[in-house]
Amino acid sequence: MHATTAIITGKPGRTRARGGMTKKRPVDWLMLALVVIGALLVVAPFYLVLVNSFKSPVDYATSGPLALPETLDFGGIITFWERVNFPEKVWNSIFISGIVAVLAVVISMLNAFAIGIGRVRGRSWIVLLFLMANLLPQEALLYPLYYMFKSVGLYDNVWSVIIVFTVVQAAFGTYLLSSVYGTFPKEVLEAASLDGASRWQILWRVVFPISRPTLSVLLIFFFIWTWNEFLIPLTFLASNANQTVPVAISVLQGDRLMDVTTTSASALLGVIPTLIFFLIFQRTLTRGITAGAVK
Amino acid sequence: MSLVTRREGRTKLPPEQPSIPQRRGGTGAYWMYLLPGFVLLLIVVIVPLVWNVYLTFTRWRGVRSPEFIGLENWQKILGDGDFWTSFTNSVWMIIAMVVVPTILGLIVAALLFDVVGRKFGGKVGSFLRATYYLPQILPIAVAGIVIGWIVRPGSDGALNQMLGWFGIPAYDWLGQMPSALIVLMVVMVWVQLGYPVVVFMAALQRVDPELYEAAELDGANWFQRFSAITMSIIRPEIFVVTLTCTIAALKVFGPVYIITRGGPAGSTLVPAYYAYQEFFTKRNVGYGATIATVLTIVVVIVSIIFIRVQNSLERKERAGL
Repeated sequence: MHATTAIITGKPGRTRARGGMTKKRPVDWLMLALVVIGALLVVAPFYLVLVNSFKSPVDYATSGPLALPETLDFGGIITFWERVNFPEKVWNSIFISGIVAVLAVVISMLNAFAIGIGRVRGRSWIVLLFLMANLLPQEALLYPLYYMFKSVGLYDNVWSVIIVFTVVQAAFGTYLLSSVYGTFPKEVLEAASLDGASRWQILWRVVFPISRPTLSVLLIFFFIWTWNEFLIPLTFLASNANQTVPVAISVLQGDRLMDVTTTSASALLGVIPTLIFFLIFQRTLTRGITAGAVK
Repeated sequence: MSLVTRREGRTKLPPEQPSIPQRRGGTGAYWMYLLPGFVLLLIVVIVPLVWNVYLTFTRWRGVRSPEFIGLENWQKILGDGDFWTSFTNSVWMIIAMVVVPTILGLIVAALLFDVVGRKFGGKVGSFLRATYYLPQILPIAVAGIVIGWIVRPGSDGALNQMLGWFGIPAYDWLGQMPSALIVLMVVMVWVQLGYPVVVFMAALQRVDPELYEAAELDGANWFQRFSAITMSIIRPEIFVVTLTCTIAALKVFGPVYIITRGGPAGSTLVPAYYAYQEFFTKRNVGYGATIATVLTIVVVIVSIIFIRVQNSLERKERAGL
């Protein structure tokens, strides 16, 4: 078991597995080569986008897509940046995803408190009911929602998207947190209750601080999932000034005026925020993906 | 596509007893905490869902009021070739988003864990794992743009330029019947692969190395050990991955909207995009609602089948022990 743990944590010096790290057969090198080739294929599109975003159209035409740029040309990036007003789109995405993440975590926590700790009647069905928001195809809600938002004046308003995704993300949060809270240490709750804490106080002073690691994983996931969403923002955010990064980039794709390097630059600017999340939250992400597997 | 492992049907909640000593109101007082979530759910999911089902019995162009037409939409959908094409394409999407990534993901995860992790160090292993995972956090729309840019028609497309070095003439990848669907499928494999890799690698940590060593002493080769030990231990994860990815494959919209818009000639149409088109391009709201409802029914049936099969396998396993 220790060997496995060491492999996961990747601490140098402790990584010596039972077979011995030094004994490498030719087959092992072959396997490594295969996995590395696969990984190179996975990152190849990122490389193409990165390299070609800094080329001038002439450079692209002469040197082809694989070569490094002869001189750094920011023309494509600047053109795209200005045409979509990129900072505005990034801010819209941050605003929407940030508020959704916080609201969805709060709603998930309230729901899970009632389901996992309060053990209300019929809770399995309640979890399933909430989970519907996450499971159902969004098309089945799309037109009624579109009509509703239009009639209350929330159409083409970032809050329409915020409301929808708060519910969608909280559905998953309720599901996950309910099972986490279902195994919450009873003694802690009893002790707090004997000390005269009300349910509200137990939630905020006991349950919230103890479950903070899980909540922060949820927060990050909700943020990224909302950031990546496409259909709902595309439908509900019609005007340019309200669009999110993915929508703004996709809307411009049909634009015949965009040359090859500008298109590449638009892809690059779409990738960069994601890459930044990835580098910051890499550990949390892998922890989160396996969160369901941890009892 | 959501990334967190879900285990529908596996969560066994303890008996219905409040774990905190109750002073007033019993568990009933906890209902209060469900109120905000429930009100939001009602507005955003339940009312629109019921409304959408009602719309399937109407003809509506989004203005004035819907006109009740009974089962007309439902009769139309049965004889609609585009609708059947869109569901056939869902099967292709399941191959691209479930079958291929799960099999490749198993191989990659096993190689990374067993060979790379053990012989070349954990750092190399986790670096490669992260690389495979990278496309997963890309907004699907942006992933579509990246690929759409690479397969641009004409000689300025990156793929065509590269093929040009080998004397292969430029090809209009998205303009031809089979190649547009193939491009779409390759994109989905690229996007999806990292998810099973990460989930399976986490699952492999549960495999006791001593089991492996015992099997090795008994003369079992790597493949025999893998199929006998590993596969049975990580089966729950395989279920989770196939279930979540199948649902995602049925619901796929973004890449189709961005890369092919259902074309050429409807050959890459999927139900989600078809419904969207009927809603907002053709303004046949009632018919769009019917397509969306069928899609919903399919998603629900698939989920129920998966959970049933998983539960019965678990029961068998417990009985066998």
